[in-house]
Amino acid sequence: MSEKKQQVSRRQFLNYTLTGVGGFMAAGMLAPMVRFAIDPVLQATGASDMQPVIDVSEITDEPQKVDWTFEQVDAWYTSDTTRSAWVYKNANDEIVALSPTCKHLGCAVNWAGNSDYPDQFFCPCHDGRYYKNGLNVPNTPPGAALDLFEMQVEEGTLYLGDVKENPVTSPEEEGGA
Amino acid sequence: MLQKIYDWIDDRVDITPLWRDIADHEVPEHVNPAYHFSAFVYCFGGLTFFVTVIQILSGMFLTMYYVPDIENAWRSVYYLQTEVAHGQIVRGMHHWGASVVIVMLFLHTLRVFFQGAYKKPRELNWMVGVLIFFVMLALGLTGYLLPWDNKAYFATVVTLEIAEGVPFIGEMAKTLLNGDPSIVGAQTLARFFAIHVFFLPAALFVLMAIHFIMIRKQGISGPL
Repeated sequence: MSEKKQQVSRRQFLNYTLTGVGGFMAAGMLAPMVRFAIDPVLQATGASDMQPVIDVSEITDEPQKVDWTFEQVDAWYTSDTTRSAWVYKNANDEIVALSPTCKHLGCAVNWAGNSDYPDQFFCPCHDGRYYKNGLNVPNTPPGAALDLFEMQVEEGTLYLGDVKENPVTSPEEEGGA
Repeated sequence: MLQKIYDWIDDRVDITPLWRDIADHEVPEHVNPAYHFSAFVYCFGGLTFFVTVIQILSGMFLTMYYVPDIENAWRSVYYLQTEVAHGQIVRGMHHWGASVVIVMLFLHTLRVFFQGAYKKPRELNWMVGVLIFFVMLALGLTGYLLPWDNKAYFATVVTLEIAEGVPFIGEMAKTLLNGDPSIVGAQTLARFFAIHVFFLPAALFVLMAIHFIMIRKQGISGPL
């Protein structure tokens, strides 16, 4: 037998072929299942529709909680779901709509929820506080400002959409953007 | 690289004898289709196992979307078939595999029967095999209800009528399966789901383990 012929032995050849074919079959079997399982991660998240929440004329310079209900499609389950926002007009007469979700661990914050801080948002879970423009008060648990809602005003009605990051950096800044 | 990882582990916990005991054994000439093509009949048991593995895997993945609830069962199946990537394929594998596994099981049984491979000393393994056959039929039966469509519903109504036909204990057997003396509904679906995904597979694993241990211990039956 020449040197060349011994480079791949019969045993090795069969090993490689069988492992290859077996691997191919296993992959063919598992690929659809894995793709099926990871589908939620890969599904495109379309921007959610803007929902009408309140008449602009009702908005004051004091944050008020507005609730609105919309039809939420959760895979095979459709239900009426209620969301809320804290809405007010800032000193420049611009509307500010803040998310009520605390940036610490996701509880719901309240305006003037603590009588010691009547001009701040307060989270009852771990005493997190935010200024009126949504900026988190230093040395309280939250690590970021309250999120802002995407908004638009049409025919005197305020529409709210998804939340986005709040760009405020100092308590003196007017809220909104 | 892989070899090094293997050696590192083997060095410490000595895993080679473990897998050698399972994988490394002689295939007798009379069951090797390379020698006698007619020996392909010896493949049916292995094919049954292969399809069973597909059933277990595809079933596990299906439960990521399926819910056993009369309001949502059909809708969740419809959702996973129409909205989820490869949903049709994964459910298709489970749906068709359920039939294929019965066919393979039946062919395997025929081979063992006509070759007389069930005879002494392998009678016990034949009995375990028959139990596996019953468990598989029960899996097919309980799984049939889960999509909660009209076909599933009325097939189950018929099944329950058959159970009721058993002398003396019929009515109790029916209620036990159904979860309610008369309504085929919420409790039936929850029960069938639990039986389909927990109780029967557990029984199947135990029986298969016994089946395989026995065949390794006794060896494959000799040539005709």
